[in-house]
Amino acid sequence: MERNQYLEMFIDESTEHLQAVNDNLMKLEQNPGDTAIVDEVFRSAHTLKGMAATMGYEDLASLTHQMENVLDGIRNDKIEADSGVMDVVFASVDDLEAMVTDIASGGEGRRDVSAIVNRLEHVEKGTAPAEEKTSGAIIPESRALTYDDFERTVIQQAGEQDFNAYSVKISLSPDVILKAARVYMVFEVLEQAGEVVKSVPSVEELEDEQFELDFTIVLITKETQEDIQQRILKVSEVKTAEVKTVQIDEKPEEMKEEKNQFEEEAALPAEQGVRSPEPVSEASQKPVEKSTESSAAPQSKTIRVNIDRLDSLMNLFEELVIDRGRLEQISKELESSELTDTVEHMSRISGDLQSIILTMRMVPVEQVFNRFPRMVRSLSKELEKKVSLDIIGAETELDRTVIDEIGDPLVHLLRNSIDHGIEIPEKRRNAGKPETGHITLKAYHSGNHVFIEVSDDGGGINRDKVLQKALKSGVVSPENAAQLSDRQVYELLFSSGLSTADEISDISGRGVGLDVVKNKIESLGGTVSVDSSAGEGTHFLIQLPLTLSIISVMLVEVQDEVYAVPLSSIIETAIIKKDDIMAAHNQKVIDFRGSVVPLIDLTSFFDVPVTREENDYYSVVIVRKGEKMAALVVNSFIGQQEIVLKSLGDYLQNIFAISGATILGNGKVALILDCNALIK
Amino acid sequence: MEQTETAVDNLKVIVFQLKDEEYGVEVNQVKSIERVEHITRVPRTPEFVEGVINLRGVVTPIIDLRSRFQIENADHSEATRVIIVTVDGMDVGLIVDAANDVIDIASSAVEPPPEVVGGVEAAYIRGVAKLEKRLLILLNLDKVLNPEEVAEVKEMESGSSK
Repeated sequence: MERNQYLEMFIDESTEHLQAVNDNLMKLEQNPGDTAIVDEVFRSAHTLKGMAATMGYEDLASLTHQMENVLDGIRNDKIEADSGVMDVVFASVDDLEAMVTDIASGGEGRRDVSAIVNRLEHVEKGTAPAEEKTSGAIIPESRALTYDDFERTVIQQAGEQDFNAYSVKISLSPDVILKAARVYMVFEVLEQAGEVVKSVPSVEELEDEQFELDFTIVLITKETQEDIQQRILKVSEVKTAEVKTVQIDEKPEEMKEEKNQFEEEAALPAEQGVRSPEPVSEASQKPVEKSTESSAAPQSKTIRVNIDRLDSLMNLFEELVIDRGRLEQISKELESSELTDTVEHMSRISGDLQSIILTMRMVPVEQVFNRFPRMVRSLSKELEKKVSLDIIGAETELDRTVIDEIGDPLVHLLRNSIDHGIEIPEKRRNAGKPETGHITLKAYHSGNHVFIEVSDDGGGINRDKVLQKALKSGVVSPENAAQLSDRQVYELLFSSGLSTADEISDISGRGVGLDVVKNKIESLGGTVSVDSSAGEGTHFLIQLPLTLSIISVMLVEVQDEVYAVPLSSIIETAIIKKDDIMAAHNQKVIDFRGSVVPLIDLTSFFDVPVTREENDYYSVVIVRKGEKMAALVVNSFIGQQEIVLKSLGDYLQNIFAISGATILGNGKVALILDCNALIK
Repeated sequence: MEQTETAVDNLKVIVFQLKDEEYGVEVNQVKSIERVEHITRVPRTPEFVEGVINLRGVVTPIIDLRSRFQIENADHSEATRVIIVTVDGMDVGLIVDAANDVIDIASSAVEPPPEVVGGVEAAYIRGVAKLEKRLLILLNLDKVLNPEEVAEVKEMESGSSK
């Protein structure tokens, strides 16, 4: 099938457009009556409709079409964008999303949309006149030509300087394939002949093929009507071209009031026209330039790259990092200064290369965050709670692999906050809090990590309730229960089989959730913690590594085996005297800068065959997990290195205290310590 | 004509040795046969998990089949090989005493596993092939490499050490 080649692009773009529709609908709900937002939505929806129709997804196209009609009504103040109308529109966006998802997963994008189409029609007819939906054309096809002040001046001045102002109505033949290309050719022809003052629809719409077959261009030129007509008709697939002289005075003044954004946009080239009424050579560039300038968000130049390619680039680079390590080792052994210099230079370059590749894979967390406002909105409606969501730091960037995985855990946490955290309005009022609950989703960088916080101003975690549940499900024993600190009790929420909701609801409280969140985050090499104060709210903190594939480690020797300790968990290294080791409760400890730190001898911990003689000095690596520390006894430090994180494979899962492996410069495999598991 | 017919019914297996018995795994489950190189021990794993190796950039776990089948240990020799097999997309290397043959066996020559064969638990065996004077034990790799079983063994070990 030919369309397969475009399918990926279609899915990508329609997802983007749907997201844009979603975002803007949310904005619209906040600022009803802002027609600029409606226009944005309309544009996205229209493009979506066009794409869907081209790709042959009729249900998608017909639903979008019906949605457009309603939007058009809102735009023209025929329909009021109240909550009811918005609900229907949102519901139809949900359906659209479902269809696109279906297409993405290989389906045909079919879906029974008659119900929602009905609702939309109902909304539309509620106040809109029936003629609104007579034709499929949403862009008014023959808009009367109106001119704003600029255009008038230009046309008048043109007349004074012996230029002719023509309005040219061009019809493309019905079987035209590349409308935008034809438009471009027409523009090029006209701009060779003179200056295009305006076009209806606007240049941007024309380029987006948002018109049927006709469009009108106002041109200032010295050439005659026939010449212009002949030139245009030379462009293939142009059916007719009517050239008329523009009589500016005939236009009634009141028409100006009707000017909408299309004319406003069209005013841009007119402005340029004032400055240089003569035909200029770069004129042909203008429509292109303008369309990028006037699009809603400023866009930098980008290309779409398949993530697979980035992955293979990353894999190749990983190989390079391994070879780099090998070269560094060889150059150290050979002690040739020339070689060392070259290797150092290569290391620097590959370091830069690494950061570029890593940033290439970074995407703003916005991609995940931007679906949350919708979710929060519908959830809070469902639960009859009032919730507002604040998103801070959506521009924070994270590795693509992390982004892909982080969505579900965040959904869980947000749902949790809305369902369990935020109280019902009545209860909030009684507690002297504003009725609307507040959830803050915040992302920021700090060191080599990205932090994501989910906090609510709800009721907080009920310690007793959690404890009761934990006792009931056997997560803690009664003896331990009393000794647990508040924080430790809250951490119990992350153990499996614990949900504090008394009633099982759809939203959360199925006993799965927070433990899943924890597992997911930990599998990404991150941590999640929770803090809460009764009556004031709950605060979840997720810490994630910036990247998953290359990390800095300290290589250490334990007898003859080499282990890698992630630098992120190392506080410092030290050499201690055997005499400094103390014992507390059968556990060897040392005094490290005033705090008592337990000593873990990796040789015995990992049952490493002893090959070296013990001496009076111990090399220790002080590692931490949160605020807790431990001192790992090793035999020697090898040094710091960037390594490529590799998994041990499916066969060896969940090896205690080992988070993965890496390949060293000498081709051997070294295991990476999981300090989080070492410290309890 | 005859050949195509037999090809359908035939099993192509790689033959390897453990102690004095011959075993077979199907060719399409075998990725490669390697010499034993440096194996990095992975602590706190079942005894039969020998460790991991760097197999052309991929960290690949290695298990010692002798120890897996509770046959007494033997030192690695020149003939010792690692057979890299793929089961469910999972690559695992098996240390065997020698691997030196690829043979075709007719499906009809394969018999269901007897209750007990040479100390190896029958669950690991898919069948036994009789070839003239040789007896070939066909392994059921899914069972041999069942990760759940690895986990169970691990639990047992950690449980007993407590």
